[in-house]
Amino acid sequence: MMLAAAFTSRRGTLLLLVAVMLLVPLVAPSSFYLRVAALVWIFALAALGLTIVMGYAGQVSLGHAGFLGIGAYAVAIGPRHLALDPLLSLALGALLCGLVAYLVGKPILKLKGYYLAIATLGFGLIVALVLASESAVTGGPDGMPVARLSLFGWRVTGALTWYWVTAGALLLGALLALNVEASPTGRALRALHDSEIAAAGAGVDVASKKLAAFVIGAVYAGIAGALLALMNGLITPETAGFMHSIELVAMVIIGGLGSVTGAVVGAAFLVVLPQALTSLQEYEQAVLGLLIMVFMIFLPSGIVPTLRRLVLERAS
Amino acid sequence: MTILDVQGLGISFGGVVAVDDVSFTVAPGEVFSIIGPNGAGKTTLFNLVTGIYHADRGRVRLAGADVTGVAPHLLAGRGLVRTFQNLQIFFRMSALENVMVGNHLAERTSLLSDLFGFPSVARQNRATRRRALDLLERVGLARYADVAAGGLPYGVLKRLEIARALAANPKVLLLDEPAAGCNAVETEAIDALIGEITRAGIAVVLIEHDMKLVMRISDRVLVLAQGRRLAEGQPRTVRNDPSVIAAYLGEHGAREADRAYG
Repeated sequence: MMLAAAFTSRRGTLLLLVAVMLLVPLVAPSSFYLRVAALVWIFALAALGLTIVMGYAGQVSLGHAGFLGIGAYAVAIGPRHLALDPLLSLALGALLCGLVAYLVGKPILKLKGYYLAIATLGFGLIVALVLASESAVTGGPDGMPVARLSLFGWRVTGALTWYWVTAGALLLGALLALNVEASPTGRALRALHDSEIAAAGAGVDVASKKLAAFVIGAVYAGIAGALLALMNGLITPETAGFMHSIELVAMVIIGGLGSVTGAVVGAAFLVVLPQALTSLQEYEQAVLGLLIMVFMIFLPSGIVPTLRRLVLERAS
Repeated sequence: MTILDVQGLGISFGGVVAVDDVSFTVAPGEVFSIIGPNGAGKTTLFNLVTGIYHADRGRVRLAGADVTGVAPHLLAGRGLVRTFQNLQIFFRMSALENVMVGNHLAERTSLLSDLFGFPSVARQNRATRRRALDLLERVGLARYADVAAGGLPYGVLKRLEIARALAANPKVLLLDEPAAGCNAVETEAIDALIGEITRAGIAVVLIEHDMKLVMRISDRVLVLAQGRRLAEGQPRTVRNDPSVIAAYLGEHGAREADRAYG
């Protein structure tokens, strides 16, 4: 019964997430595990942004890591070149992501399916290229160091601190994503996912709703990128790279398209598994790829929707 | 009194004239049917009136205002709402949520309030939900409220589309083959439903192949053939019009019919 609630109600999803967040530090044998968990929370936050774009609104984005990169470099460049506070840089970076998403999304969200995929791919490539080539500001392909974050005079450092900061950010992100899902905006997004023509017929301004989803998704990724940069203390253009964009899409799909819990599970899957497979050395990538294929073959609707169906069938 | 006024509407696709100089008017509470052989341009005409296609020629006026070329979502806001010949259902949403989307225009929340989950959103959700449940009940689908629309049978989805359209508070409702693929019982239900809709003062523009249904419920019938107006008038008049019989049965069929009735 409780398990069923975790899959179906908003409060259940959040409680499950909080329970896992509280549990991990108790069982983690070393700070290494906390750092991996913090990475999961960060990528889950970025994947949640993509859940709103792809899962709710059904608009594919193969360049979402571009926003990860913009957010990350904002907290690197702001304090270094403009003498801005890191926290203010984070906020400005998130704002910049929203603005860029608005300007880029307005023309390209008119495209559909494969064509939108290629256009977003192009956007991601441009961001990565600019970050790698503007060496004077970004440090070029080698990247640049990131100043430490301090909140009201308190320096944010140490694995456990970052664990809680990232967990808090994810929890807030999950809350907002769940809010949207059950709201008039969320219904409009899910409606246009299934039929744009019928959504428009019901009075939904399809173009502006798509754009709103894209902007929100970009802000999520931007904040995730900023947290990633601040936690690692170093950032490279690879953050905005194509592989990261594909990873984000894979997280959303493996976890279960459109599911908030799914985005977190998908992020955990793709962050933890490579760490667990490092003992396989040169076979690591091959085994990871194989596992992804096996999961998609046996759980085609994603991990969380499949589990939900099993739990609900058992409960009824 | 006229609620919908279509004048000289026309469109060509690659040199082929699909709809040519079609005019008609519809009054509130009236059932106005558009019939014609396959490919006569009926659905194209709907797509022109609802702003999905841009007309090459002609004007559409709604409640006196020129709405030619106005985007579909804005037309919905002005009271022009339609259903679709090939179902356009939100398959991943529940039946109730499908109808709730129809209430979108009446919903008074902003993107920010939706994100942060202000109390106004919960209030709005409750109001929308209540209204959608009422409408599901009206079309006889209340028991399917929480079922995913993707799992519902065809005849049920036809009525679900009508409920969703009604949620948008139409002044003019365009129904594109609402009884297609429905069994006799379902057709009966749609017949009764259309009667109820018009009694509420809503104008219904109907495309339908079920001639028994058309002849029974229509106030006036427009016959299209090859994109042009062939005849218009009361069902009885249209049914006996020789040119209509010829269009449906072909020249040869008409001669045969003449001889048979001769």
